[in-house]
Amino acid sequence: MTLTYYLVLAAVLFTIGTVGVLVRRNAIVVFMCIELMLNSVNLTLVTFARSTGTIDGQIIALFVMVVAAAEVVVGLAIIMSIYRTRSSASVDDVNLLKY
Amino acid sequence: MGAIEAPDLSLAALTPLLFVFGAAAVGVLVEAFAPRDSRHPVQVVIALVGMVGAFVSTLLLAGTREVTAAGALAVDGAALFLQATIAGLGALSVLLFAERSLDPARSAFVASAAVPAGSARDAELATSEHVQTEIYPLASFAVAGMMLFTAANDLLVMFIALEVLSLPLYLMAGMARRRRLLSQEAAVKYFLLGAFASAFFLYGLALVYGATGSVRLSEIREAVSVSGTGGLLVLGLGLLIVGLMFKASVAPFHTWTPDVYQGAPTAVTAFMGAATKVAAFGAILRLLYVAFGTADWTWRPLVYGLAIVSMLVGAVLGLTQTDVKRMLAYSSIAHAGFLLTGVIGLGPGGTGSGLSATMFYLLAYGLTTLGAFAVVTLVREGDGEATHLSQWAGLAQRSPLTAALMTFFLLALAGIPLTSGFTGKFAVFRAAIEDGAWPLVVVAVLASAIAAFFYLRLVVLMYFSDAAPDGPTVGVAGLPTTTVLAVTAAATLVLGVVPGAVLDIAESAAVLVG
Repeated sequence: MTLTYYLVLAAVLFTIGTVGVLVRRNAIVVFMCIELMLNSVNLTLVTFARSTGTIDGQIIALFVMVVAAAEVVVGLAIIMSIYRTRSSASVDDVNLLKY
Repeated sequence: MGAIEAPDLSLAALTPLLFVFGAAAVGVLVEAFAPRDSRHPVQVVIALVGMVGAFVSTLLLAGTREVTAAGALAVDGAALFLQATIAGLGALSVLLFAERSLDPARSAFVASAAVPAGSARDAELATSEHVQTEIYPLASFAVAGMMLFTAANDLLVMFIALEVLSLPLYLMAGMARRRRLLSQEAAVKYFLLGAFASAFFLYGLALVYGATGSVRLSEIREAVSVSGTGGLLVLGLGLLIVGLMFKASVAPFHTWTPDVYQGAPTAVTAFMGAATKVAAFGAILRLLYVAFGTADWTWRPLVYGLAIVSMLVGAVLGLTQTDVKRMLAYSSIAHAGFLLTGVIGLGPGGTGSGLSATMFYLLAYGLTTLGAFAVVTLVREGDGEATHLSQWAGLAQRSPLTAALMTFFLLALAGIPLTSGFTGKFAVFRAAIEDGAWPLVVVAVLASAIAAFFYLRLVVLMYFSDAAPDGPTVGVAGLPTTTVLAVTAAATLVLGVVPGAVLDIAESAAVLVG
């Protein structure tokens, strides 16, 4: 069934996002990778809405977009505040708290 | 096209939620329109009214067992018990936020969060008695999200509640007045890892939806019993568990916990440590028992393993800590493992005592943790708090009462008899043994013994070491902090000495509908 391709694509995008979070060093890029993960979930949701013949998946995708937008606001505010102090958004520099 | 029918909505059953959401919304308006001088007292009163109102209305609703909001919310015994716990802990936390006599600048929160740390303007503001009051509406939103989380009968509502409780907490973690870099760093770490974990939760939601065609917990249960569990469903459940365990700071998803607990303002840490754990376990219990209770082989081995890892990681790494707040963070990781021991005690057909035992443990643990962190706010050095263990040496000579209170809370966390910690541990261990999970209980007892060592080390340090001449001072607590200390210490004692009444309440409330 052709819908499988969409699921595989979404899984690949989710994996790229996960790997990006783990290996990238800039907080903004890490954050963009998280957004990629959320959007791959949206693709999964609308595909399943199609395959199960229910509308829930599409509605959930709309909710996810709103939540992602709210998360951007909070996340960028936090990253901005630390950037203004340190002039760097690298997560390697955020190393005062350890052990 | 037929007309859209309005869903059934039992407003009465939602009163606790409406109180807190209402307080949060009014708080935002006050922040925008009230004159600056009157804002602080007004905000404190609004937040307290919301949370105390929610607490009282959960008590009045006791015995309600219904599914409302078109099936999206389950207002049942477990939800009400945990909502009452969260509202109570929230009200006590607001009192801690409102403490004005400890910090020389009269608040533990930053005067202006937007000013870069270390700038000239920041130095000016450090001593200013001006304070921003966003913390109160944020705390109200967080409490509202937590209460919604425990009642969510639908994975979508659970996800929304997860975000509603998390987003304010990310911000609150970054609002410390002293050591702002540590605080901002805690906020960045908490935010990035929290968003990462909620993406996993969401992918799990999508896979479960794909496997069953619904996100309603009851419909998932039906789909499981009709068509069994496939790989897709089990994978989805695994991802959902990862997301929830992150919030509950269960190892190996705990890496954020010590950093955030240490960096966040201590009052916020107290709130996070106590209330978030209650909310996260409320959602874990509901997901596993309601949706997957009939197919418990899908999650039991996973939860079993996570419980062992969490107890051992918390207890062993706790030994190596040199900071009081980090030590309490590892203690919270170990306690998450003990709580999972209770979750295992589902029993055949859901008849086990795991649910009531876990609920009682959450109440006892929340109050004790809040008290322990409240004591940490008292021990001060210069302008900030003295959190290094060496600074606590000989504290009993400086302030016998503070040291005695801390000792009491630490003994409760270690689970010594006559404290609430013992009753709670006894209850969850019994639930696990009744379910045949005795190897898990053996590990749990062993981990308790290891953890007791680092609690007692701090007690020994306070009583049997000489105080350094330039040691910390013990602040004189104002009325809010004194109230918190009195309530939490009394509760820790009562739940340890005469726990019968509360255990009965937990038992009769241990009902999950949906």
